[in-house]
Amino acid sequence: MLKVSVYRYNPETDEAPYMQDYEIDTAGKDLMVLDVLELLKAQDASLSYRRSCREGVCGSDGMNINGKNGLACIKPLSECVKGGKLILRPLPGLPVIRDLVIDMSQFYAQYEKIQPYLVNNEPAPAIERLQSPEEREKLDGLYECILCACCSTACPSFWWNPDKFIGPAGLLQAYRFLVDSRDTDTENRLAKLDDPFSVFRCHGIQNCVAVCPKGLNPTKAIGHIRNMLLRSAT
Amino acid sequence: MGMITNVTSFGRSGLSDWILQRATAVVMTVYTVFITVYLLTNPDMDYGQWLALNSHISMKVLNVLTVVSIAIHAWIGLWAVLTDYVTVRLLGPKATPLRIFFQLGMITINLVYLIWALDIVWGI
Amino acid sequence: MSNSIRTISFDGLIVGGGGAGMRAALQLAQSGYKTAVITKVFPTRSHTVSAQGGITCAIASDDPNDDWRWHMYDTVKGSDYIGDQDAIEYMCSVGPEAVFELEHMGLPFSRTEEGRIYQRPFGGQSKNFGEGGQASRTCAAADRTGHALLHTLYQNNIKNNTVFFNEWFAVDLVKNADNAVVGVIAINIETGETVYVKSKATVIATGGAGRIYASTTNAHINTGDGIGMALRAGFPVQDIEMWQFHPTGIAGAGTLVTEGCRGEGGYLVNKDGERFMERYAPNAKDLAGRDVVARSMVLEILDGRGCGPNGDYVYLKLDHLGEEVLESRLPGICELSRTFAHVDPVTDPIPVVPTCHYMMGGIPTNVDGQALTLDAEGNHDVIEGLFACGEAACVSVHGANRLGGNSLLDLVVFGRASGLFIEKSLREGIDLQEPTEEHINIAMSGLNRINNSTNDGEGSAELRAELQDIMQKYFGVFRRGDLMQEGIKKLAALRPRIENVRLDDKSNAYNTARIEALELQNLLEVAEATAITAEERKESRGAHARDDYADRDDVNWLCHSMYFPTDKSVGKRDVNFSPKTMEAFAPKARVY
Repeated sequence: MLKVSVYRYNPETDEAPYMQDYEIDTAGKDLMVLDVLELLKAQDASLSYRRSCREGVCGSDGMNINGKNGLACIKPLSECVKGGKLILRPLPGLPVIRDLVIDMSQFYAQYEKIQPYLVNNEPAPAIERLQSPEEREKLDGLYECILCACCSTACPSFWWNPDKFIGPAGLLQAYRFLVDSRDTDTENRLAKLDDPFSVFRCHGIQNCVAVCPKGLNPTKAIGHIRNMLLRSAT
Repeated sequence: MGMITNVTSFGRSGLSDWILQRATAVVMTVYTVFITVYLLTNPDMDYGQWLALNSHISMKVLNVLTVVSIAIHAWIGLWAVLTDYVTVRLLGPKATPLRIFFQLGMITINLVYLIWALDIVWGI
Repeated sequence: MSNSIRTISFDGLIVGGGGAGMRAALQLAQSGYKTAVITKVFPTRSHTVSAQGGITCAIASDDPNDDWRWHMYDTVKGSDYIGDQDAIEYMCSVGPEAVFELEHMGLPFSRTEEGRIYQRPFGGQSKNFGEGGQASRTCAAADRTGHALLHTLYQNNIKNNTVFFNEWFAVDLVKNADNAVVGVIAINIETGETVYVKSKATVIATGGAGRIYASTTNAHINTGDGIGMALRAGFPVQDIEMWQFHPTGIAGAGTLVTEGCRGEGGYLVNKDGERFMERYAPNAKDLAGRDVVARSMVLEILDGRGCGPNGDYVYLKLDHLGEEVLESRLPGICELSRTFAHVDPVTDPIPVVPTCHYMMGGIPTNVDGQALTLDAEGNHDVIEGLFACGEAACVSVHGANRLGGNSLLDLVVFGRASGLFIEKSLREGIDLQEPTEEHINIAMSGLNRINNSTNDGEGSAELRAELQDIMQKYFGVFRRGDLMQEGIKKLAALRPRIENVRLDDKSNAYNTARIEALELQNLLEVAEATAITAEERKESRGAHARDDYADRDDVNWLCHSMYFPTDKSVGKRDVNFSPKTMEAFAPKARVY
């Protein structure tokens, strides 16, 4: 039997959040955390969490699992359970709507702030714009982001200033467009990032790198953005 | 609120703050390394020798640079700390006057120490 | 209750924030019309994100002489000749333009040395109308094409100020006195507020319903909500018995392993290490149509040549491709395989089994996305105000079996086409009668029933599991009349229990129990339509393989099935054999 402790909060009925304990029979299998949640949900339908693809590509089920942010659907129990206990909390730093569901609007607002779309003011050719494999390779490790918010909600700078600091996820995408050979808006993009908060609240502690379920490295991308700002200033 | 934070921030942009933070760190490191090595290689140093060292014009320049660097570094660093923790998000509306109070206090103390220290190191 | 609900009005309303919905929304938003997307998950969590291999289209990058007519031929043949040839012609010919648009929007396609879009071989692809050997026609962004496509579309919708109702659930269609669709009833999941969203054009882009089966590559969210809404509103669905079983779902987990693995040179082996597809499809081998490969796999397993302790799967061998190819072309597959099969494809084969993957059927539409029904004389009739595109629609380009890479093309081309048509209609003026309070009450009745449920019912989770088991057991890869009749009886017995589902928690804030109870109603509608139509189609064609009618019957069944929900009857509709610019491809035996 696996002991599971889950953060519960329903704004309509609970004055304050609390941890609820369950016991689950995993039949000795190394289930994913999401499988455990599905078993719990069958037992107690009032438990709320987000889930969709269940294979780690949609980014719905980011949560804090035994103290570390991750995706429930690709986190096997063997990698997270300590002392026979699984502890599930919502991602930290953003408001909780209910149980494991957080209000991600600030996270999305930061994403929208960086103009997350290609800008190219030259007329488009009749076929695709050409891009060499080397130029395309620069987007690897950037475009794969699934917007699960595991990184940004593991970042103290984002906890303190979620309205001003873009956060690792947004900055990873900022760099994805800065480095795309097809984008012509580099100067304007950089100008919008050169304030004391947007980029420079990153102090390089790399919590984002430690938790990213897709193995991406936002800190490195932020370093590249700083270098681009430096180069454009000189 | 943006205006207030910008008024009390040191540089004009995030980049200039960031560069200054690194440049001043380099100066402080040079000073620290030099003094440490000097003290270790001169275990029997007396006051006269210490005074002579600090009277040398190169040392005076290094001292002034270091004092100024500490002031700038502290200004930028403490401003960052205050805008992390003393914010309306965390403390409610009282945070803004409170942060301005702390920032002005920080700036005043910083400037007093700076002038005092410059007077000492340059006046030797 | 209805007189208290709020009304929000739009020119165009898209239900579903996946690839099809967002492509339609983008088209409309660019035209300046007030456009809204209702989506039950944040758009980039939609199931399009899971598409891996690519988007098939004759952009002539791999082969400068490639021709969209060759792609059309493959698609017609793949459909086992019940794909509408005017629609397939439209998709294949407009496809390149639609794909180039995506690239211009920023989609990070993989590249060739010439800087063009990388294309890989996929199943069922040929050059020169089947005479020129295997083609490489699937445009790819590594093995994350769906992810790249969905994010690109979301990004461009942000750019064009589309209004998103994220985490809102559409419950039912609102119809006016003329039986025209004038919007939907929707719930804001976060607050529980119920709203009437009024629109001059309502587009169903809710994707598939793979969750009617116990074993599926589909996301938890694929519950056929749009199909359920249409059926409850009394509108028919077409070819709903046609369900694609993807050959390579990871055994046990059900997660998809792209056909691109076989495109890049991987192949299937049985327990003797034999590459058995050489026996079933001597020419195309592992790149035969998906239905052909899936059936061959099941036959191998039934004949006792399956792998593993229970002999219930076969292996997909990739190690011979080398680590470099695997890590550059199939990085996501390596990741999924390590996570879900505990197997590193660089050294070991992946255990795979045919798994429910795609709904070829859906809401019948014309190439403009307008939903269709048949009148009493069997003539096409447009349903005013209602549109559909993507997997929820049956336009029909996939017929009885979809080719790999054609789903992304379908959703982009017909999402775009729907948007274009609605834009044109709005410019010409759309005048639909206001619904009365009674009409809104009718649309609210399903939700009210769930909200007023008593305690004597059963829970969603157990009822859903029961439904999925019935579908898996009686309507899987191979089907048989007597067993299907048994399955239909079981579904009939399940209906009152599902309609009486228990909802203990009636709170408003992010109540996923309520949403799951509503989704269950949709699953039931799709499952029942599938079951009844599958039993009715007495032949084997494409994905519909019957033991008791093993052959294709072009005399009686070279046609679409139409399922009418009001009397649960199955009708027939002619397949289109009149492409605009060329001769139709006549049906012939389908061999690979």
